[in-house]
Amino acid sequence: MTSKNTPLLEIRGLCVSADDLEILKGVDFTVNTGEVHAIMGPNGSGKSTLVSVLAGKPEYTVTAGTVRYQGQNLLSLEPEMRARMGVFLAFQYPLELPGVRAWQFLKAAVDALRQHRGEEDMSARDFDRMLREKVKLVDIDPDLVKRAVNEGFSGGEKKRNEILQMAIMEPKLALLDETDSGLDIDALRIVSEGVNRLKNPANATVLVTHYQRILDYIAPDHVHVLLDGRIVQSGGPSLAMELEAKGYEWIREAVEASG
Amino acid sequence: MTQTATKISNYEADYQAIREQRAASNPAWLTQLGDQAWTRFTELGFPTARRGNERWKYTNVAPIANASFGLSSDLVAGSDHESELRRAAPWDDEWINLVFLDGRFSKVLSNLNASDSGNGRILVNNLAEAINSGAANLEQLLAKHVKFQEDGFAALNTAFLGDGAFVQVPDGSVLQSPVNLIYLTSTSNQPTVCYPRTLVAVGKGAQATVIESYVGIKSGALNPEYFTNAVTEISLAEGAILDHYRVVSEAKQAFHVGTSRISQGHDSVFSSASFAIGATLARNDFEVLLDGPGASCNLNGLYLTADAQHMDNLISIDHAQPHTSSQLNYKGILDGKSRAVFGGQVLVRKDAQKVSAHQSDKNLLLSSQAEVDSKPSLLIYADDVQCGHGATAGHVDKDSLFYLRSRGLDADTASRMLVHAFAREVIETVKVEPLKQFLDELFLEAIPETGLKLGGAA
Ligand SMILES: Nc1ncnc2c1ncn2[C@@H]1O[C@H](COP(=O)(O)OP(=O)(O)O)[C@@H](O)[C@H]1O
Ligand SMILES: [Mg+2]
Repeated sequence: MTSKNTPLLEIRGLCVSADDLEILKGVDFTVNTGEVHAIMGPNGSGKSTLVSVLAGKPEYTVTAGTVRYQGQNLLSLEPEMRARMGVFLAFQYPLELPGVRAWQFLKAAVDALRQHRGEEDMSARDFDRMLREKVKLVDIDPDLVKRAVNEGFSGGEKKRNEILQMAIMEPKLALLDETDSGLDIDALRIVSEGVNRLKNPANATVLVTHYQRILDYIAPDHVHVLLDGRIVQSGGPSLAMELEAKGYEWIREAVEASG
Repeated sequence: MTQTATKISNYEADYQAIREQRAASNPAWLTQLGDQAWTRFTELGFPTARRGNERWKYTNVAPIANASFGLSSDLVAGSDHESELRRAAPWDDEWINLVFLDGRFSKVLSNLNASDSGNGRILVNNLAEAINSGAANLEQLLAKHVKFQEDGFAALNTAFLGDGAFVQVPDGSVLQSPVNLIYLTSTSNQPTVCYPRTLVAVGKGAQATVIESYVGIKSGALNPEYFTNAVTEISLAEGAILDHYRVVSEAKQAFHVGTSRISQGHDSVFSSASFAIGATLARNDFEVLLDGPGASCNLNGLYLTADAQHMDNLISIDHAQPHTSSQLNYKGILDGKSRAVFGGQVLVRKDAQKVSAHQSDKNLLLSSQAEVDSKPSLLIYADDVQCGHGATAGHVDKDSLFYLRSRGLDADTASRMLVHAFAREVIETVKVEPLKQFLDELFLEAIPETGLKLGGAA
């Protein structure tokens, strides 16, 4: 637990727009190693925008604020560099990539990370062995990695495939964008177990979710409520319970009353 | 006009010489055919867009018409090219491999896998030998489906017809090994032309796989231009099944004009995939006649162009009979200032009911200067038909690119992976494994390493 409380991600006054639309209007929070943060909020509040900007999605413009990752200016880095430095985004809507073979793609991802660390590419055999283990961890059909990335996968398979990628890349900062949405209870359990098993004192997880449900499996240290591009309330796990019970309208009214 | 006339005189000397050379050994009908074709060529000349010729609207053949291409006179030893050949063309020792060097059959380079060719039933031969040995049915088969009366390039090829491939699969026979026909152009000091001719006749209920490859030797940047003027005639009798592959991997300084005519009988199945890469100007004039009820064809294509290359595909499908179906799926990858023309024409004749015809042409533009003219068209004269067509052109999809980059792949590697994936859809249709491998590597190697134009819809 020595690494606890080392700041991994520090977001200060982050304002983001896309197509001249202001989406994030000043977001602040800090994620330390060993922590799990949950970001909750109604649809359209800017949750995906927030994690996408952290991963480096090009279509967003940061108009103000700073993001430090391991003390470095994260926003100046290309998306691939962020990935190599340990930032991982599990997409809310993972794309289908017809013709891109999953095996090749995953191998390329692993080799990119290794090259970044100054290591040699992994041999195909070692990679196969590693892949087989990780496939077990997320309990997906081993044949899926022989196919094209996500092509013809069910919604649940796509989400598990994101966690497989995460398991392979072993990120320091995992950003999970509604990985729980659309999962049945079994899948939710498997995905959560996968995430929990990858957790360690040196890394951190930011869990974007719409529902409290997944927080029964992955216990958050902090819960933030994002509303119209601002974090309007932060608290402990009890905040998630309260939200679940009272709904987002409650928090909206509370914010308006105090503002 | 005067210029065209002078240029035709370039070919005249060659024509007279070759006619004289062959007059003694050629049968009279062949000499006559050559004369007719030559006369027709002198009347037609090379096609120009100026005559309001729809078939040549977007492709200017002046560079071919204005050059002075002559028959190759060098007597190259075939064996010198063995290593080059293995690198440049698809090859497998198990196949029946016929190699033509500068238009002439090369015994040294070929490998006529005896098990299939020598059993006296299935005939795989070079045309020169078939002519010499007086193959009886040649007269019935040659120039049957190619209408050289209407096309200058086909007329010119027919005038010079002397060698090429002759594949004949008798009724009910199954040709197990793929027949691999390689037309290789070697280097020369002068601009040369060759006239590959391929004749394939698949009998009733017979099955075969035929690969046509047109390759140029790519070494040396200072080689003069060359011109490949190829004609292919294929017939499928009732219930015949043919898998056909056409690989154009010419050298950069090449002009390639290929004219293919396919005629299909009752319930025959023709599957074809065309691959093109390399030439300065390449034309693939490909026409399928569905001439019997139940006949179906599936035509796939993939082309990749760069620099100032020009690729012209003109694919026509004639649904002359009811209950026929066609599926056309072409894809293009364009870089640099290259240009692709796609003309897909489906004709459904008046009484051809219960026809299905679908065509699609998708293009991936890797630079903002590349251009594509895609003109799929449907001419439907029957009322009970299912037809559709679509054409698209776009850049590498930016969201897909971000997905790959978010996993640590740099932008260039990620875009190459996506371009390769785009190509792979067509390459995956190849049923012959070593050929599939060859094509996969050929295209992967040709995808630019860097500087791909991104964004927009793919
Ligand atoms: N690339 C974009 N271009 C334009 N508007 C966007 C873009 N991304 C998100 N938005 C808009 O920003 C708002 C927040 O979206 P998003 O971050 O997806 O919210 P959430 O994930 O919380 O549902 C929405 O109004 C959405 O339409
Ligand atoms: Mg979202």
